[in-house]
Amino acid sequence: MTAALKITGLTFAYPDGREALHGVDLTLAPGERVALLGPNGAGKTTLVLHLNGILHGGAGRVEISGLPVTPGDRKAITEIRRRVGVVFQDPDDQLFMPTVAEDVAFGPANLGVRGDELDHRVTEALTAVGMLEHRDQIPHHLSFGQRRRVAVATVLAMRPEILVLDEPSSNLDPASRRELAEIIMSLPVTVLMVTHDLPYALELCPRSVILDAGRIVADAPTGELLADGDRMAAHRLELPFGFDPSAIHRR
Amino acid sequence: MEPLYLARESRVHRLSPEVKIAAVLLFTIVVVVTPREDLTAFAGYTLLIALVAGLARVPAGWLLKRATIELPFVLLAVVLPFTGHGERVDWLGLSLSVDGLYGAWNIFAKGTLGVLASLLLAATTSMRDLILGLDRLRCPTVITQIMTFMLRYIDVLIDDARRMRIARLSRGYDPRFLWQVKAFAVGVGALFLRSYERGERVYLAMLSRGYSGRMPSGSGSKAPAAEWVVSSALPVAAAGIAVAAAVLA
Amino acid sequence: MDDVQAMHIANGIINGPVSAIFIAIAMAGLAVCVWRAKLDLDDRLAPMAGLVAAFIFAVQMLNFQVLPGVSGHLLGGTLAVILVGPWVGALCVSTVLIVQALVFADGGLTALGLNITNMALIGTAAAYLLVALLLRVLPRSSRGLGATALIASVIGVVVAAMGFVAEFALGGTADLSITAVAATMAGTHTLIGIGEGLIAATTVVTVAKVRPDLVYALRAFRAPIRAKAAVA
Repeated sequence: MTAALKITGLTFAYPDGREALHGVDLTLAPGERVALLGPNGAGKTTLVLHLNGILHGGAGRVEISGLPVTPGDRKAITEIRRRVGVVFQDPDDQLFMPTVAEDVAFGPANLGVRGDELDHRVTEALTAVGMLEHRDQIPHHLSFGQRRRVAVATVLAMRPEILVLDEPSSNLDPASRRELAEIIMSLPVTVLMVTHDLPYALELCPRSVILDAGRIVADAPTGELLADGDRMAAHRLELPFGFDPSAIHRR
Repeated sequence: MEPLYLARESRVHRLSPEVKIAAVLLFTIVVVVTPREDLTAFAGYTLLIALVAGLARVPAGWLLKRATIELPFVLLAVVLPFTGHGERVDWLGLSLSVDGLYGAWNIFAKGTLGVLASLLLAATTSMRDLILGLDRLRCPTVITQIMTFMLRYIDVLIDDARRMRIARLSRGYDPRFLWQVKAFAVGVGALFLRSYERGERVYLAMLSRGYSGRMPSGSGSKAPAAEWVVSSALPVAAAGIAVAAAVLA
Repeated sequence: MDDVQAMHIANGIINGPVSAIFIAIAMAGLAVCVWRAKLDLDDRLAPMAGLVAAFIFAVQMLNFQVLPGVSGHLLGGTLAVILVGPWVGALCVSTVLIVQALVFADGGLTALGLNITNMALIGTAAAYLLVALLLRVLPRSSRGLGATALIASVIGVVVAAMGFVAEFALGGTADLSITAVAATMAGTHTLIGIGEGLIAATTVVTVAKVRPDLVYALRAFRAPIRAKAAVA
């Protein structure tokens, strides 16, 4: 079976010489949900921006369902950006159109989807995140949790094969956090979730990898990884006070 | 950012942006080339503007208040009757140059009509539609692209500036004179960087959703021929008035 | 005549034929800029160009008290050429002028050719030539960069104002003495230029300190960083 995501030997350095990725290898099977953990500055965001060809220029290779990310090839890059849906950390960076529906339509419209099909995509995506009744509202009038859900919908409307979520639970109140978890679990896509929220990773992702100093330094079932206190401490990962991963029964 | 857009339901609002831009442009050209002595023509143009304003349901008060933007130019015009040369007339004990009076009238009438026409366009067309209209009028993509980002950034700048201004005012400082510009500029530099980094993230998010330099036109399609005909009524009527006035004179 | 407040020329100040000629000049100039800008406008410059345009838009809203009774607003051309280069910079200023004419009724539509020629073409060209010269001559420090921005702003703004004077001499509809117009414009705009220069210098120096990779003029004339990575 073709891997949903296959990264081999990826390196990258920023123009100022700072090295951000140091030879990353990572493979995700279709339908897998994987958490990408790591301290600040580990290169997580840099890695995410490589998945859809926004950053490139170093060594190594990224493949999405067998299609290599080739930044020079406009057509291939459009297809890559359809396959990889990135939900950025701050929904305000993602939402910029005057209404929720138009924002959700932006992605598929860039892919050339028009008319009834476009409408259908918008409805489908908003239904998936439970925001259909807000379709004509102004994004900035929604609550933060609602905006994050719309941000997820803007990406779902492109019918991605991989959903990449950057800190999906940050700034969410507990109820919004749970609602978003339910939405993510209900989606039939491969998920790569960048997060500092370890309980959230445990709840949503059977597998976790740790990125530190530009390398994947651990790759294991999430419960096992979180229970390995020494390894966690070595990479500046800390569980919330009183949280015991072994006490949680995975659903 | 929709500074002058008046969200109403009207026939003028429903017209496609490109036909409105073209109509206003042609109308303004007709106004500018009209000889300044054709007073009846200018009266006719004013009537046309009033008619369109009525159709667009834009209140007269709203228009007049915003037309004050051209006040500096009107002030420039006020001095002309005093400084002008040639034949002079006496009015209320003032000696005024006839040529200067016409010069002042010329600037005032053409400036005001132009401003009113632009205001009607702005009142009935959202910024985003204007960009779309320019795009359909074959405006180079580079320009519409800069415009699109400019709009997005103005919101970011206003937000950031408001926060920084409140912080500055709460420390009792409100620079507004030239010699205070340094203090102001320091804040501006910081504002610039902050806004850039935010805008860069917005841009990356757009790229991630397949953006390739051109906004998708979404729901709207190109203006049908009927709209071109309807909107051409404004410049055609203006041209008719100009010709009629010239013939009568 | 001390009310040269807005520098945007309204409809009817300059006569029809001269306005038409300058529309043609502006369009030709812009066509060249569009063609060259396409080569420059990579994915780092596109959002920067938008920000520069938004920024110019914002600073043009600020009216500074230059002398009692006289105020002027800033043009922003120098800031644009330093941050995004001459071609994209001229387009940024033009974009602002087009939006202001369409949406704010500031500056006449038929005078757009005149305004673009003065502020987007003449002003930025003068500023860019000075920047290109000064960055080579002055010390390679942030002081040198600041001084470059300041000097280029003052001269760029005055040169742009002289564009108006030339147009007025060619086709002014008002009967005013050209020397008086020229003197007023030059005086007012020297002061505006200083205000503009201080803002441009501070902004550019701030940006150059934190993100030198974003400053076009530094990439073009000082180029110390070899970009290993590309952003697309």
